[in-house]
Amino acid sequence: MRALNIKLWRNLWTLRAQGTAIALVIALGVATFVMSLASLDSLRLTQQQVYQSQYFADLFVDLKRAPESLAERLRDLPGVATVETRVRAPINLHLADFPEPVVGQIISIGDGRQPELNRLFLRAGAMPEAGRSDQILISDAFAEAHGLEPGDSLAVVINGRFQGLRISGIALSPEFIYHIRPGDLFPDFERYAILWMNRPALAAAFGMEGAFNNAVFTLAPGSGAQPVIAAIDQLLEPYGGMGAYDRDEQISHRYVDEELSQLEGMARFMPLVFLGVAAFLLNVVTARVIRTQREQIAVIKAFGYTSWQVATHYLTLILLVVLIGSVLGILLGMWLAEGMASLYQTFFRFPYLSFELRPVIALSAILIAGGAAILGCIGALRSAFRLHPAEAMRPEPPGRYRRTVIERLGIHGLSQPVRMILRNLERHPFKAMLSMLGIAFAVAIILMSGFQQGAVNHMLDVQFRLAQKQDITITFNEAVSSRAVHELTILPGVRYVEGFRVAPVVLRNGQHSYRTSIQGYIPDSRLHHVLDAQLQPMPLPDEGLMLTDHLALMLGVKPGEMLEVQFQDGKRRQRDVPVAALVTEFVGVGAYMNSDALSRLLGEGATISGAFMTVEQGAVAELHRRLEAMPGVAGVTQRESAINAFNELMDETILVFSLFTLFMAGSIAFAVVYNNARIALAERSRELATLRVLGFTRAETAFILLGELMLLTLLALPLGFVLGIGLIWLLLESLATDLYRIPLVINADAFALSAAVVLLATLISAWLISRHAARIDMVSALKADE
Amino acid sequence: MNSDGPQQVFRTRGLTRVFHMGEIEIHALRGVDLDLFAGEFTVLLGASGCGKSTLLNILGGLDVGSAGELQYRGHDMSHADERELTEFRRRHVGFVFQFYNLIPSLTARENVAIVTEIAEAPMAPEEALALVGLSERLDHFPSQLSGGEQQRVAIARAIAKRPAVLLCDEPTGALDSATGIRVLEALQRINRELGTSTVVVTHNAIIADMADRVVHMVDGRISDSRRIEYPVRPDELVW
Repeated sequence: MRALNIKLWRNLWTLRAQGTAIALVIALGVATFVMSLASLDSLRLTQQQVYQSQYFADLFVDLKRAPESLAERLRDLPGVATVETRVRAPINLHLADFPEPVVGQIISIGDGRQPELNRLFLRAGAMPEAGRSDQILISDAFAEAHGLEPGDSLAVVINGRFQGLRISGIALSPEFIYHIRPGDLFPDFERYAILWMNRPALAAAFGMEGAFNNAVFTLAPGSGAQPVIAAIDQLLEPYGGMGAYDRDEQISHRYVDEELSQLEGMARFMPLVFLGVAAFLLNVVTARVIRTQREQIAVIKAFGYTSWQVATHYLTLILLVVLIGSVLGILLGMWLAEGMASLYQTFFRFPYLSFELRPVIALSAILIAGGAAILGCIGALRSAFRLHPAEAMRPEPPGRYRRTVIERLGIHGLSQPVRMILRNLERHPFKAMLSMLGIAFAVAIILMSGFQQGAVNHMLDVQFRLAQKQDITITFNEAVSSRAVHELTILPGVRYVEGFRVAPVVLRNGQHSYRTSIQGYIPDSRLHHVLDAQLQPMPLPDEGLMLTDHLALMLGVKPGEMLEVQFQDGKRRQRDVPVAALVTEFVGVGAYMNSDALSRLLGEGATISGAFMTVEQGAVAELHRRLEAMPGVAGVTQRESAINAFNELMDETILVFSLFTLFMAGSIAFAVVYNNARIALAERSRELATLRVLGFTRAETAFILLGELMLLTLLALPLGFVLGIGLIWLLLESLATDLYRIPLVINADAFALSAAVVLLATLISAWLISRHAARIDMVSALKADE
Repeated sequence: MNSDGPQQVFRTRGLTRVFHMGEIEIHALRGVDLDLFAGEFTVLLGASGCGKSTLLNILGGLDVGSAGELQYRGHDMSHADERELTEFRRRHVGFVFQFYNLIPSLTARENVAIVTEIAEAPMAPEEALALVGLSERLDHFPSQLSGGEQQRVAIARAIAKRPAVLLCDEPTGALDSATGIRVLEALQRINRELGTSTVVVTHNAIIADMADRVVHMVDGRISDSRRIEYPVRPDELVW
């Protein structure tokens, strides 16, 4: 077999351009696979390790106020292993060089000590000293966003009172790996802070001496969460308990989990596309190599090599390409995975990252790539296997052609070159379809990446521009009388004020239950709308609930049916409420009510938990200062800053992903088109030489060769759009969660971009090929027998 | 140029062609001096490897000589560039090859039309095919035609643009003698009816009997060029 091996290397060398293109696609497929799975593994491993090392709690509960003595009784509940009671308070912050409102929460830690649960990881500085009431820890995301360091001071408003506090350290907590304000869509590190303070100092500032308003628990080994939650709720009911919940409902944990399962979905999906295209390219190229080597194969077989040896010979050629591609892909994938994991670290504030590439992942990448390649080549190999020496020595007869459908339909006046293009395509409809499919996949992938940006912008528009019109939103520590609206209206600069009521609830329908809050708006609100699928404001029903369709689905209720509502604050009433209407929303799973109806259900007079305000231009900053200083105000936010924060986040992250996908899809398009063109060139060299002899110019000859490619690309565009929409639909179905559902909105930009990238890839390969075509040696191409 | 005698179509002086195959130099033409005249049917004879195809390719603008002179109707072609050669082939030369080189995806009529579409004052494809006796096979694809028929389509394609010269490289090489003679008849008919100067390259000495002029080549040089006063009809040839 030594001579055959030499031939193998020579073949590889002759095919280096195409081999490189295919190895590149395999490398990209393997790289996406390794990148996705390795970063997924690393993030999951990191999450596990951090939860373990930082003693992340199993259960969480908020309440109004309970005496510290209750802690003993909580600890004694069956199934509870550890309890830690805490004081947690909403805060407003002031930064010297940052004029916008910053809100956050402050949580108590033992006096100068690490908490027992949700232990903090100190990135810099030290814990506050015991007995000090002016020292705090701040979250690292917030510190980073503002360049804050230990030793810096912060002005913090707790319970309406300013306090000058000094940063003793920068910390990370397993509780806030996803550093997001409840109710927000995306994290905003600049405008949301988490602080930790010695318990005595915070209790004094928030009026919680000898009491707590928050507790965290770990479960005893083998205990289920549900009975413990029920016991905690029963015990805390008199103290305004808002219902205990487990990790599944803990915001940070939920976001991280959702994000990781989305990543898992992508890890399964994208590499398949790439490996599929690579297999297809391999198939086309081997089939062609074998066809052009008919005589050689015949001679080799005539010498007495077996069919099996011949097949093995070509198989080795293919596997070499696969191996080169896979090794490249694994290296690239590892490099990308580290980059990806650290990109995720800007969202997920893990104290450290444990990188891991399991050998099984690398191995399965090679196996999948090799399997896909072999699968793709089976047809061509079978024909090499079956070739009889005598048969192979005879030249191939001229190909059989016929008039195309277009011509038979009676369209005349086509030029001969156009006829050649159409008939060549129609003669090998399967091959043409496969090529189109390959190009269409490239279009679809770019459409998918372009779509994400467009869809998220659309969500933003709906959320911040259509549904909400207020300049400032203010929330109170607890519900107050609706008379507060009048007090707010008379503040300088205020144009219009509208109160709203938010009531935390658990909604139940038989077995199904969901913890959320009912948002009560005034019937003809001018500032806040619930929008239907056509983005028209939906009028709130006079009585009954309006549910987001996704929530109704989870609870298994339809309009007209009753839902059990368990209020989590106030008098903790339990009521049966009819579902009056459903609404399609992208974000969250809201439940809406007329605020008057909500107050009646709560059994209160007219109360509000906050207010939306429109403000005269230029008065926002001053008003903001005044509002903050009001006791009972928990937070003040500006709508404009939410939009800015979001745009910054988009610019940083989505761009990176988009460029990456663009590069990969562009490579696919290029590889498919270039390989097609090279094959067409080799198969047609005789035909093209004839045309040159007949006096066709290089440009005219290139038209026949490249016209076919251009036509295929143009036909592939609409196919790619359809394919892309299908893939996006599949993707969205798998990504839909109760946190958000990305709408299938594809704007014209995304279509245009995908078409442009693929056309560009086609043009580049056309240019490369026309350079080859110009070098066709007329004399030798004509001399050679078929 | 002699105004009384036939017009000179090609004139070469000291024409050489050297191919570089790796480290080896192959001297295919070693100084060819040749005159060909308008309307003549020339047969270029020689053993394989004597350089006859190389000469034909250079005359037809497919290749250029390494040194020496080449004139076409008094124009110097020795230094023509790629674009000029393409233009020359497009306007003045028709080619016929041993292996026909038809476009398999086009019918007989369309194979001719592909040339007439880019020519200046061509005949209709149907007319060209009638000249080679293929009026009944206009809409057949190459795969539906016999070897002789394919070669006659190739001839029709070559002459449809009314070229001044028709260059044929072993046009009967792949055909049996009966079919070959039909092809030669078509070539002679075109030479007589249209006055197309024709050069046929072959190693088959019998074909020389139908020529107006026979040129012998040996080792890259012209060994003999003579006019034949009484050429025979192709159907009188036997091989």
